[in-house]
Amino acid sequence: MTNDVMVIGEHFQGALSQITLELLGKARELAGQLDGKVEAVLLGHGVEPLAAELGAADRLSIADHPLLEHFVPETYEAVIAQRIKQAGPRLVLLGSTSVGLDLIGPLSVRAAVPCFDNCTSLQVREGRVVAISQLYGGKIFAEYAVPETTALVAVVPGSFPAEPGKAAGAPEVLRLAAPPAPRTTFRKLIEPPPGDVDVSKVPLLVAVGRGIQNADNIPLAEELAETLGGAVCASRPVIDQGWLPLTRQVGKSGVTVKPKLYLALGISGAPEHVEGMKQSELIIAVNTDAKAPIFGLAHYGAVADAVEIIPLLTEQIRAASG
Amino acid sequence: MKIAVLIKQVPDLVEGLEIDASGKALDQDSLRYIISEADDHALEQALLIRERTGASVDVFALDVGEARDSLTTALAKGAERVTLVAAGLEAAPGSHALAELFAGVLRPQNFDLILTGVRAIDDLDGSLGGLLAGLLELPYVGLIRKVETGPGGETAIVQKEFPGGFITELEVKLPAVLGIQSAEQPPRYVPVSRLRQVMKTAKIGEQAVEPPQAQPIAVERLFKPEEGAGASMLEGTPEELAKQIAGLLAERHLLKG
Amino acid sequence: MMPTLIRFGPVPGWAILWVVFLAAAGIFAWRVTTLIRLLLLGRYENRFDRIPQRIWRVVVYILGQRRMLEEPLIGLPHLLIFYGFLMFLLSTNSMLLSGLLPFLHLPTVDENRFLAPVVDVFGVLVLAGLAVSSFRRFILRPAGLQRTIDATIVNSLIASLMVTFLLAEAFRSVGAGAALKGASTQESVWAPFGNWLAGVFSGYPALVVHATGLYYFFWWVHILTVLGFLVYLPYSKHLHLLAAPFSVFFSRLEHPGMLRPGVLLEGGMGAGRLNELTWRQLLAAFACAECGRCERACPSFQVGEPCSPRQLVHNLKMQLFLCGKVMMSGVPASKLDKETCLLEGLIPRNELWTCTTCRACANRCPVFNEHLSITIDLRRRLVERGELDKRLEEALRNLGRYGNSFGQSERKRAIWTQGLDFKPKDARKQPVQWLWYLGEYNCYHPALHPVTRSLARILQAAEVDYGILYEAERNSGNDTRRVGEEGLFEMLRERNTAVLRAADFKDLFTMDPHVYNTLKNEYPELNHGRHRILHHTELLAGMFQQGRLKAARRLSYGVTYHDPCYLGRYNGVYEPPRAVLKALGLKVKEMPRSRSFSFCCGGGGGRVWMEETGEAHSRPSESRVREAAALDGVQVLVVACPKDHVMFSEAVKTAGLEGKLAVKDLTELVAEAI
Repeated sequence: MTNDVMVIGEHFQGALSQITLELLGKARELAGQLDGKVEAVLLGHGVEPLAAELGAADRLSIADHPLLEHFVPETYEAVIAQRIKQAGPRLVLLGSTSVGLDLIGPLSVRAAVPCFDNCTSLQVREGRVVAISQLYGGKIFAEYAVPETTALVAVVPGSFPAEPGKAAGAPEVLRLAAPPAPRTTFRKLIEPPPGDVDVSKVPLLVAVGRGIQNADNIPLAEELAETLGGAVCASRPVIDQGWLPLTRQVGKSGVTVKPKLYLALGISGAPEHVEGMKQSELIIAVNTDAKAPIFGLAHYGAVADAVEIIPLLTEQIRAASG
Repeated sequence: MKIAVLIKQVPDLVEGLEIDASGKALDQDSLRYIISEADDHALEQALLIRERTGASVDVFALDVGEARDSLTTALAKGAERVTLVAAGLEAAPGSHALAELFAGVLRPQNFDLILTGVRAIDDLDGSLGGLLAGLLELPYVGLIRKVETGPGGETAIVQKEFPGGFITELEVKLPAVLGIQSAEQPPRYVPVSRLRQVMKTAKIGEQAVEPPQAQPIAVERLFKPEEGAGASMLEGTPEELAKQIAGLLAERHLLKG
Repeated sequence: MMPTLIRFGPVPGWAILWVVFLAAAGIFAWRVTTLIRLLLLGRYENRFDRIPQRIWRVVVYILGQRRMLEEPLIGLPHLLIFYGFLMFLLSTNSMLLSGLLPFLHLPTVDENRFLAPVVDVFGVLVLAGLAVSSFRRFILRPAGLQRTIDATIVNSLIASLMVTFLLAEAFRSVGAGAALKGASTQESVWAPFGNWLAGVFSGYPALVVHATGLYYFFWWVHILTVLGFLVYLPYSKHLHLLAAPFSVFFSRLEHPGMLRPGVLLEGGMGAGRLNELTWRQLLAAFACAECGRCERACPSFQVGEPCSPRQLVHNLKMQLFLCGKVMMSGVPASKLDKETCLLEGLIPRNELWTCTTCRACANRCPVFNEHLSITIDLRRRLVERGELDKRLEEALRNLGRYGNSFGQSERKRAIWTQGLDFKPKDARKQPVQWLWYLGEYNCYHPALHPVTRSLARILQAAEVDYGILYEAERNSGNDTRRVGEEGLFEMLRERNTAVLRAADFKDLFTMDPHVYNTLKNEYPELNHGRHRILHHTELLAGMFQQGRLKAARRLSYGVTYHDPCYLGRYNGVYEPPRAVLKALGLKVKEMPRSRSFSFCCGGGGGRVWMEETGEAHSRPSESRVREAAALDGVQVLVVACPKDHVMFSEAVKTAGLEGKLAVKDLTELVAEAI
């Protein structure tokens, strides 16, 4: 085993995912402390242009093959497992994402290495790698030492800054072998219905959660958003009820947003949601439960019924903006 | 077609969680278990497939917490058979241990489709589905929102979620393991009268297994995030709160005009 | 001479009358038999007990027309028409009998010096009644009353019966007078209107000459109309005339707060098909006169929700006529799928879910139809099939798991006690005189915590020995039962009963009328006279009466009081809350809809757990707070139900009445005054 830190790169629609830069930055820091190298692994078809963004790595392993054009868990996993066995890194960092979540289980078994999920913090302390994972809907955190073998760690997006991962450099490039014929095949990509607002580009967001109670209260939130000149987004429960379209979902398997204002109304702050909005510049949360995790993250909080606050706030803002 | 659904018990967050004296585990006495939400969706998805294709649905649960109740509910919802896997454990084990137990139980049974929730709130060492697929050497796809069976029941056509509302459709050759994020419709309600009828006649199969080999993760400490650590809390009547929030926005020039 | 002694060509009149009579009677009998067979499709239900009580109901509500008279504008005309009809039943039968048997010279009513004037007067009164009722139906057009062809035909038929009777009577008199020239034209029988008409006609020689002929003519028209009516009646909505007395006689005598338990049939819990309702539930279809009282009282209908008790019964009737016949022919119901399934057929689902179970409809139904029992039986089947609102599912799941619809931990049941400087006794651990059963709204709803605490402080001040059950208390199940989740209700009742039996207490009180209703009427093991079950307004009224509570200062609000459905209409508790307000020195100004006419807040029957349909133009609670605010000098709407408190507080905001009207629980006023 080496002291290297491996990062499994992710990309979607031809663009490198933010999480990959976050992981690269962290990998640099850890590799420095562990006295190892950073290796980025990139799988896909025609991904050569993305390699330029992975300059922070010392080594870049690329598998480029038509079968890898779209993410097919089995195929990706076979290639990566092969590489892990070959390289024997100290740590393999993945995103706790649509991609990483499908990989760590099979990888853990196939490469016979331990794996950890929901990680939000990684540090080297006295030569040990100490990690923290968030569990139970963000209500409990667990701290543990990552065993001193090769280990897989899936990191919650937004846990580390992306900036250090953007460092320029000229990594050595390695070509990985083509994948075996898979039992899983890609059929098609279904894009979100067009024409809806892209909430990741709206600077002022009114976000609603379970506390909005029912569909009848959605127009209240829309009115508030309109008054502010922003848009409405939501956490998963609201989307699952069909009260707002999928395009408005913030968090895991939704959109990641970084608005100037994130007004979290009736949102408890489950980690799946938080990872999509925690980088907002100003977070103001209103929730009836004083113990809701959202208050741990928000800049300002108020314990109150969101449904009650929304119309009052609309009124106030209308008055203030004349 | 034979479908297996694996359901696991997780602590019910409604009841609040306490950390025990060791500081390394949850206080078992204050815990109340409930079926993991995504597993409930996996069961629903299996039942929907059954209604469309006439497949059989077997449900397995490890004997922890209220597993027996969850299995009874599964029967009342329409599962053919339910099995309690008894490994003599007091608390829910880690995902590796769970995968090891279920792999042992499922390996001889030749299921075409194994469904489970894509993740659970207590997943620390990965999630059951992917680990189990690894052990059984079957294909795995997670974060699934829809499952249909392909021609001849040879494959499953699944929709997998990606950020931003994107979905990819994949075709998986069976047998396979699928990690369900949400079923095509919310889990069905079981009226209590039916539940009670089923309770009287329910046949919950039991299968004793050896305790798992996989070692639990050596958690060094558990801690709760500080309550409201980040937020400065506003106080007052709803009207006053609304005024204060509007004030905050105005200070930061976030208001129009 | 009897008009049937004339001949129509070779055929004597009486022979023709026999033929027509036998045909009409035959059709009538066949139709009635069919109707009874349709009823027998329903399940058996014993309504043959307590006969004297049943007879008394018929006396009060059929002969006394008590519920009809609640709306005097139609109640009085109906009373006249009803008694007129009874009189004419006598008179017309005697006419018919003597017409059929002309040679026997049977005595007739119009020759009887006592009966003739009565019939004569009623003939005119009925016409007057018809005029008023037609004016109301066709000109005033009250809500819930349809202007159907059926109604027009029946009104015209009755009117022509009266007119032909009076004309026949008058011409008979004129004819008789002409025959006895010189003698007194005044008959020995006094019939004011007939005689007056006769007097008028006598002034026209042409009429006098043909008087006997005209008498025969109107006699025949009258009799043929009667026989026509006999045939038409069982096919029209005036079937109620036949069915209503039975409907009232077989009405439910049990306490209205005790819902009929759900029965597990082959097809499942409750009812989904015609033959899964009971015969008495089916009888509603025949007894309903479509008078619309239920619609006018229904809060959901009033705000435009797809909910109408009248339509429900009408649909039942349509279904019974449409599919019942097929079922009668022996085709098993299971073969008839859609048509015989009430749920798939004519009764739309959302109409079943929008009912608040406030019982305003059943409380006013003149024929004692049991709309609620039908609605809830159908809901039971929907629940069984899992076809329910997602929010309702969530509430029920929470009730099953946590014992409350809020989905909160049982351990937080006593969270409201935070902020009290004393701790209520734990009734599970020590004996208490009073057990306070809180109900989940008072426990968990943050807006109600101050109200709940105010009662605790009053009781503390008055040194009442009471205790609460802390986390052992669960939802009592009143509304759970009414949304049709009978199994869950039973489960909650079992658990609560076990907890209550283990506790050592003398009597019980609660602030929640829903809890009050079910504990009082639907927890047989709790009752048996061992414990008194009181609403807190009853408890407080008693304490004021005994002098244990005294108002230290007079309150100067103008107040009105809202009668909660489950306290007032269901359990008849109207006076105690008013007595408390009086003891506080407050004068209650009553709303137009008060006491048994009280208007539901819209939250009962599990409605608080369901999505709004989006079809209503407003909410019942808004209508109610506007009603309160419209009263002169009223600033406070006093409530005695936690759901009312929540619903009305919200409605005051949405109706824009903030600052004009405040919603307060009776308890809050007491706390202010003592």
